[in-house]
Amino acid sequence: MFLLIATLLKFIFFGLVFAIGLAAVLTWMERRQSAYSQDRLGPTRAHFFKIGGKPFTLFGLLHIAADGASMFFKEPVTPKNADKFLFKIAPLIGWTTALVTLALIPFGPSLPSSVFPASWIPEGVETIYLQMAHVDSGILIVLAIGSLGVYGAAIGGWASNNRFALLGGLRATAQSVSYEVALGLTLVGILMAYGSTELGSIVESQNGLLFGFLPAWGLFIQPLGAVLFFIAATAETKRTPFDMPEGESEIIGYFLEYSSMQFGLFMLGEFLEIVVLGALFTTLFLGGWQFPHLIGTDSVSVFGLFTWNGPVAVAVSGTLVFCVKTFFVCSLQLQLRWTLPRFRYDQVMRLGWKTLLPLALINIFVTAGLIWWDPTLSILSYVSIGIILLFVLVVIAGPRRPPQVAHGH
Amino acid sequence: MLQSHLPLFLVLVVALGLGVFILVVSSLVGPKRPSAVKADAFECGNPPSGYARERFGVKFYLVAILFLVFDIEAVFIYPWAIVFSDSTRGAGTLSPLLVVVEMVVFVGILMIGLAYAWRKGALEWGPEHGKGLETTTAGH
Repeated sequence: MFLLIATLLKFIFFGLVFAIGLAAVLTWMERRQSAYSQDRLGPTRAHFFKIGGKPFTLFGLLHIAADGASMFFKEPVTPKNADKFLFKIAPLIGWTTALVTLALIPFGPSLPSSVFPASWIPEGVETIYLQMAHVDSGILIVLAIGSLGVYGAAIGGWASNNRFALLGGLRATAQSVSYEVALGLTLVGILMAYGSTELGSIVESQNGLLFGFLPAWGLFIQPLGAVLFFIAATAETKRTPFDMPEGESEIIGYFLEYSSMQFGLFMLGEFLEIVVLGALFTTLFLGGWQFPHLIGTDSVSVFGLFTWNGPVAVAVSGTLVFCVKTFFVCSLQLQLRWTLPRFRYDQVMRLGWKTLLPLALINIFVTAGLIWWDPTLSILSYVSIGIILLFVLVVIAGPRRPPQVAHGH
Repeated sequence: MLQSHLPLFLVLVVALGLGVFILVVSSLVGPKRPSAVKADAFECGNPPSGYARERFGVKFYLVAILFLVFDIEAVFIYPWAIVFSDSTRGAGTLSPLLVVVEMVVFVGILMIGLAYAWRKGALEWGPEHGKGLETTTAGH
């Protein structure tokens, strides 16, 4: 009973309020930034009342609610040649797998059970994990369940019995499984460095400082792994520049035949996937809920100006830090939308198989060698900082493509 | 073991239930005005050109097979990573040298497989396996 209530409460906070809420806000952010980069206003109509003759739209935020309500009140159409059963269940798959994956991600530090009234906690429970399922093989289950999400696109595309949808489903499947391989292999470096597959203990291992000031996050130990993971994760979410399966100007996508909330679940599931991968990136490479200089082991201090002691303080601020970091990673993914043009399909496949996969394998062996040389990870971190500095240097001072001369026709 | 996995099943049930609930509510409150045109496959307004379940590129099948090979490789590497991590810290019974050599042999064989697939053109896409596409589109 305790397990049931605790899990439900965590699900309501992290699953419903944070993840689905963030997914909804991301749809709004996407509309706003699309509008800005195309020099238009974005959602301006949805409002309840007017102030001074102008509709009160709350920066277009009310549009999210209007969108959701309108999807509920549309007609769900099932094409006559579609496979009725598969057509109905396909939208549920991506949505469900995204939410189940969230269950394994720790969104805050664990609390001693003594902070709660003794009558709430059953005998023998010493720690309350801010994580729905504290499972030893956490990251393996994340990958296993995350891979199942591709069935949503494959089944949806096939069941619709529409040429465009089928092609979209095939493209989505082939692309997802290709980047799945690279995604999985980039994590091996992290597993070797921290020696655990439980996501909570991976976060715990990222405490401390490098060189006295840099946080000892996965990013500073596995910079190449982090970059490869981010690219593969973007490809998994099927967003620009990897939006071949659903390029709206080309084949629309595997959800072509879906309408009303059936489509809504596909869309929400996709935005949830962005949140899940953002949360996973935060957990593995950005230290999860850790924030050195700010959150200590049992107190929170903002440069000595403000201190708050006790495990509750650490848990609350840790959760907040985790949410902010996840939001940051998600908005980074949204930024790509109007920054990079769409790849061609052969380029997508070439990048996945011929660039990311070999690089991920090389990363594994270099990391293994450096950990073998020095199990305390300090040589690995020196090499990693070197790689990051080299990368920054190349970006700042490296060779540039000469500006293209515009020639009229 | 089951105790720690129980929340996962719980979340699975809740998430699935929530999804089904959303779909059911949507189908209850949404209008139902079926018509023959609506039930047709949508092909950008043209009359539908028939069934979709015809032959499609065999490349997709190849990618699926390659995925199986390399994803199983990844599944073998995860436990290895943990064993290796333990062995470098002196926690396991194996020496790090043995652990590394085993993985080098295993991944080495798979790398030969990747090289073979690469050589055979299994990773090539696009017209004529992608060759010459740049030259045909670059001209004016």
